[in-house]
Amino acid sequence: MSTSTENRVSQAGVGTSPQRPDGSMKVRGEFAYSSDLWHEDMLWGATLRSPHPYARITGIDIGAALALPGVYAVLTHADVPGVNRYGLEHADQPVLAEDVVRYQGEPVAVVAADHPETARRALERITVGYTVLEPVTDSEAAVAGEGAQLHPGGNVVRHVPIRKGDPAAAAEGAEVVVTGTYEVGMQDQAFLGPESGLAVPAEDGGVDLYVATQWLHVDQRQIVAALGLPEDKVRLTLGGVGGAFGGREDLSIQVHACLLALHTGKPVKMVYNREESFYGHVHRHPAVLHYEHGADRDGRLRYVRARIFLDGGAYASSTGAVVANAATLGVGPYDVPHAAVDCWGVYTNNPPCGAMRGFGAVQAAFAYESQMDKLADACGLDPVEVRTRNAMAEGTSMPTGQVVDSPAPVAELLRRLRAMPLPTEPGGELDLRRLPGGVSNTTHGEGVVRGVGYAVGIKNICFSEAFDDYSTARVRLQVVGGEPAATVHTAACEVGQGLVTVLQQIVRTELGVERVTIEPTDTTIGNAGSTSASRQTYVTGGAVRAACLKVRDALGALSPSDLGDKVLDETVEWRHRPTEELDPVTGQGNAHVQYGFAAHRAVVDVDTELGLVKVVALDCAQDVGKAMNPQAVLGQIQGGSAQGLGLAVMEEIQIAGGVIRNPSFTDYLIPTVLDMPPMNIDVLELADPHAPYGLRGVGEPPTISSTPAVVAAIRAATGRALDRVPVRPEHITGT
Amino acid sequence: MDFLRPATLDEALAVKAERPGAVPLAGGTDVMVELNFDHRRPEALLDLTGIGALAEWSITDGQVVLGAGVPYTRIIAELGDTLPGLAMAARTVGSPQIRNRGTVGGNLGAASPAGDTHPVLLAAGARIEVASVRGTRLVPAEEFYTGVKRNALDPDELITAVRLPAARGLEQFAKVGTRNAMVIAVCAFALVLHPERAGVGAAIGSAAPTPRRASEAERFLAAELPWDTPGALPDSLKRRFGELVAGATEPIDDVRGSAAYRRHALAVLARRTLTWAWNDHQERGKSCA
Repeated sequence: MSTSTENRVSQAGVGTSPQRPDGSMKVRGEFAYSSDLWHEDMLWGATLRSPHPYARITGIDIGAALALPGVYAVLTHADVPGVNRYGLEHADQPVLAEDVVRYQGEPVAVVAADHPETARRALERITVGYTVLEPVTDSEAAVAGEGAQLHPGGNVVRHVPIRKGDPAAAAEGAEVVVTGTYEVGMQDQAFLGPESGLAVPAEDGGVDLYVATQWLHVDQRQIVAALGLPEDKVRLTLGGVGGAFGGREDLSIQVHACLLALHTGKPVKMVYNREESFYGHVHRHPAVLHYEHGADRDGRLRYVRARIFLDGGAYASSTGAVVANAATLGVGPYDVPHAAVDCWGVYTNNPPCGAMRGFGAVQAAFAYESQMDKLADACGLDPVEVRTRNAMAEGTSMPTGQVVDSPAPVAELLRRLRAMPLPTEPGGELDLRRLPGGVSNTTHGEGVVRGVGYAVGIKNICFSEAFDDYSTARVRLQVVGGEPAATVHTAACEVGQGLVTVLQQIVRTELGVERVTIEPTDTTIGNAGSTSASRQTYVTGGAVRAACLKVRDALGALSPSDLGDKVLDETVEWRHRPTEELDPVTGQGNAHVQYGFAAHRAVVDVDTELGLVKVVALDCAQDVGKAMNPQAVLGQIQGGSAQGLGLAVMEEIQIAGGVIRNPSFTDYLIPTVLDMPPMNIDVLELADPHAPYGLRGVGEPPTISSTPAVVAAIRAATGRALDRVPVRPEHITGT
Repeated sequence: MDFLRPATLDEALAVKAERPGAVPLAGGTDVMVELNFDHRRPEALLDLTGIGALAEWSITDGQVVLGAGVPYTRIIAELGDTLPGLAMAARTVGSPQIRNRGTVGGNLGAASPAGDTHPVLLAAGARIEVASVRGTRLVPAEEFYTGVKRNALDPDELITAVRLPAARGLEQFAKVGTRNAMVIAVCAFALVLHPERAGVGAAIGSAAPTPRRASEAERFLAAELPWDTPGALPDSLKRRFGELVAGATEPIDDVRGSAAYRRHALAVLARRTLTWAWNDHQERGKSCA
């Protein structure tokens, strides 16, 4: 008598927190990251980069570099066999610069040599003539058409207007108006594993590339165009990824390593060092945001007007989509009857900016949440009360006209947050680690003032604006060694978030099989879409589930253990429900698939004399629809909150005249364990009826509300306006 | 690049005399970073970690002789009571891993204006013991730092030890950084009070081309502190001391902070550390009474 699959309940299925397959290896330092890739007889690649933010190239002399013993190739734009342009949304970025460089760090030439030291020496022997040009560095000036035109078509990459109701009329009747201009500095993903990969030339004239990335198929699409090869000649396999956060959506070493491998006929490895990594990937868009909120005396919003400027840097990357997010999410998780939001993303000669966790929603949230606090102050209301009065809910119409059709528990998140216990007041025995400055011994309590701040944020989950967002999954079921075993194959990138664990859990739940193997992630299977937009559990999880259901259909009444020699093998392409484009004039349209919400309460102790901050509590409430893996959910919320804290008080790539001043972890600071407090986390599970298992993307929302909550708390402690992040000590002390 | 690993100090000094371009290597927390980033390619590395004597300390006649190769972790664990100011500074150095490797000798060799131990060495009146095949000499800390990342060593010399008094005075160290741990100083301050001889040592870090003493502030405080009078210090005295410390600086604007902020913060640190040291002095007075 066989047992039907429905009756078997896995101990490690959906809703549990089994050990991740890569967990112990990572903890022990045994996990092979892409920088550990090795091939016999391989060469080392290195990249010559522009020292100037904007310059005309007058000549490149590679003779001396080629003459160096041990050097196998020195390549320039002339050696790019296909189209010397790539990009996620617009193919505007040269693989290797031609006549002009548009940012400091832009690749100009690549070298392959028998040793990394030889490769570096060869770079020093390449002579590039430059005529330095006046860089464009101000995004508002770029929109106004000032300065050099950096690309055909002008310096505006995209402008998204959103028009809802009649804000001008609403402004006339508004009893309370608050305005502000806010700035967000350039944050870096600061992943720990630098860009790296290994390209191995193949006998068929193609190349196999092993690389740490977020989206194999979109890499492949750009590589084949640059190499002038058909798609089947460039095969990608995911290397071990040491963090991504959006910074691996764009190409780094991919085309360069393949070019060198094809040119030399030898495997070529490339690894950036930490400094080069700061030039080797896109960053979070710095922003200037002008806001005006009008409300009734009781704090009810009547209208919001906003103008948002995002600095995309030298190349477009995903600026267009970031602009759409900042615009469509620009008023925050509030019910706003009248809105006019304009968001511009521009080309400048600053470092290119693109995807980073939160993707446009982070910048907008700092501004609209700062505005909500101003509004609370102007109305004499508590900051939670003003947010609760305006909180959106299921059924609310967004500024785009999209009616939210799944739970949007904004008020409930705030209520739960407020109900959490506050940390104890400072005092008791002196413990420097609990004070601003830590063991640096800057205060024993002198000047220290406590502040509390709240913030709530909204993020779209999955790709938007009519993008054909799908994933492909293959699931096989067979009996191995007398035991049923399932195999899952996708091209979805595990970047540390735990996707491989969740996919195993889904298969266990759907097929009732404990043994689930995840096959190497590569392009021999169809597109899985990007590991970004908090979408992989939703979309690739959805695809794996759909494939499992097909396997289950094929299994019929049989039990998996009764399959004998039979192999059930199903591949599916799975899509979430479609979205619409935004109307280019009014910004109206059902552009997003799903919305995610998180709220934070920050408690800070500020040394008001020195301007040093200790975040003593950073509590979070977030709706995740369904906690597929509760431990991983908590991990995402902790990590996302820490990244938001970093933006609030320390993380910034400082730019002067287009030049990065702090390309190192010595001066680009990210929070340590003494900066990030232990968190109280309240996870809601209000199912989204449209999503697999009711789940809601988890990764990005906690990054969004963390920053404004911390800054609100610092304002509460200091009384300072603090309209720019990261907040520096000077901003607090006024010196 | 040659890698040389002498087993004795004499051997090391002979090498250094013969090859002055050889770069001494202790914990490697500065030198290896420079090598890895290709900022430096010395002809040879002179690894001093095989010389056991450099990693020892002793106390003779109230003087601590701290081997140049004693890592910060050991200073904190073994000398916390004897050299409290230095231990306070050592606690602020890098991460636990860096403190396991980094040494005061290395800090002195690099002579960065932001080096964490320098203000303490200056305020405590330390002398740096340097040796060569020509012999050994003692360089007062205030003569040791000669410029940005430059020190008083001759090309054939090695730093062998630091000599400083086992604390009888009251020592404080404080450092401002824009992170609560593992951060390079935006500015730092060290203060040593010697009530028995009405002496004051005060020094700043990261606020001038070199670490330096705040001499005028020292003189002012030595003269004005009511050494034998119990009770809290007047605010006016603390403020003046802070102003004089700020006046001793020559800071710059850089990615870590503005010159104005550094001046401001050092005045705050001066006032606070003075208050703490004075409170300790009062406590001592009570327990002796």
